[in-house]
Amino acid sequence: MEAKVITITSGKGGVGKTTATANIAAALATDGKRVVCIDADIGLRNLDVVLGLENRIVYDLVDVVEGRCRLRQAMIRDKRLPELFLIPAAQTRDKSAVTPSDMVRLCDELRPDFDYILVDSPAGIERGFRNAIAPADIVIVITNPEVSAVRDADRIIGMIEAEEKGPARLIINRIKPEMVRRGDMLATNDVLELLAIELIGIIPDDENVVMSTNRGLPISMDGKSKAGQAFRNIACRINGEQVPFMDLEKRDGFFGKLSRMIRPGGA
Amino acid sequence: MISTIQIKGIRDGLLVSLGEGDWGEVRDELLTQVSQQADFLKGARLAVDVGNRILRAAELGELRDTLSEQGLTLWAVLSNSPTTEQTAQTLGLATRLSKPRPDAQVTPVETRLQGGEQAVLVKRTLRSGFSLQFPGHIVILGDVNPGAEVIAGGDVVVWGHLRGTVHAGAEGDETAIVCALDLSPTQLRIASQIAITPQRRGKTIPEMARLSDGRVIAEPWNPK
Repeated sequence: MEAKVITITSGKGGVGKTTATANIAAALATDGKRVVCIDADIGLRNLDVVLGLENRIVYDLVDVVEGRCRLRQAMIRDKRLPELFLIPAAQTRDKSAVTPSDMVRLCDELRPDFDYILVDSPAGIERGFRNAIAPADIVIVITNPEVSAVRDADRIIGMIEAEEKGPARLIINRIKPEMVRRGDMLATNDVLELLAIELIGIIPDDENVVMSTNRGLPISMDGKSKAGQAFRNIACRINGEQVPFMDLEKRDGFFGKLSRMIRPGGA
Repeated sequence: MISTIQIKGIRDGLLVSLGEGDWGEVRDELLTQVSQQADFLKGARLAVDVGNRILRAAELGELRDTLSEQGLTLWAVLSNSPTTEQTAQTLGLATRLSKPRPDAQVTPVETRLQGGEQAVLVKRTLRSGFSLQFPGHIVILGDVNPGAEVIAGGDVVVWGHLRGTVHAGAEGDETAIVCALDLSPTQLRIASQIAITPQRRGKTIPEMARLSDGRVIAEPWNPK
């Protein structure tokens, strides 16, 4: 096994990085892949909460980096999915506690034992972001179909290219097909036209996601949810399978075309 | 032996192109050809292209002298080898053919590029957060995304979508222009004037923005 390191980042906060990391990791582990997640958001850790593992944290990433424990001691194994592990962030420290080369060293130590290492990046473009992308083989940028999120995603893609970690892949999260139809939300093509990177997934907005993160039960384990299905599709694509994108924006015939023609602004 | 030597007329006399092969053989072949056409070639000035060969002063000197005995003047040696060129130059031989005749010269088209003006060509899309600044003109083959900025002392031409901020004539040149295939900047400045793109309707067309009576105006692109 020689793990691929995938960093999930966005620039903008709150677009769904942590949720995506947790769900993609759970989907990969369900598929039998051995996965470890690393929460690189030191000081504002969330991945443990979303995975439902916060009660079991004894050691964290900073403990490992500062030599207070061995790497294995900081790894929490998920009881529901035995192939899924988490290295949580520290909550009482901040991003300066870890350096990019610490992250590279850590991931190199993990590589032989895993199929995938998923790094949950913090928001922003500073040290935390640089820590998170330093070990990456692949960077996934996640965004919402909103002008402000796309603006930040563009910036972060530029920085990823500047750090020679490109080309990045894109996930568009929280699509509301009804709003797209009305012309009140950016369509997938609008986002792709600006960001111009390869799309790896689109995820519909689903209120069940909030419930699932509150409970610490990744929604990709829920067979009925469309968002869950979208995360599972992303996991398949990461594994190299060709999975067609879910048709979220089905245009309905003549009226759909008409409403598009008179849409104001032409964004 | 197949002759690998080509002789052709040029402005300054004759250009002899030696082909591949051992120097000794090729030189002999040249001299043979020359003596065969001695009457025709007499008094001619020869430029000899020796290709990749590295020749010593003795060889070049000997060639010049032998040709001279035939009434021919070796005035230039052309070579891909810098060593040969240097050797030729120390012997007083030219290593380049002269410039074309005045009437063959192309008259430059009247442009705004005076001496000292420069332009930079950028062949990529500028992403958000990228700032491109240049004291001369800027030409971009790609888009300028929102959040990117282009600041030029001269003109700005965007062969793509201009959606970021742009400042032409940033050092005060009020004759500066901004052109784009899709002129939709978040903010457009020429010299000290600022303008915001009005709400656009319909298809995007190439446009040019300039100052007119101290105000920024944008017009559909029309080369006339």
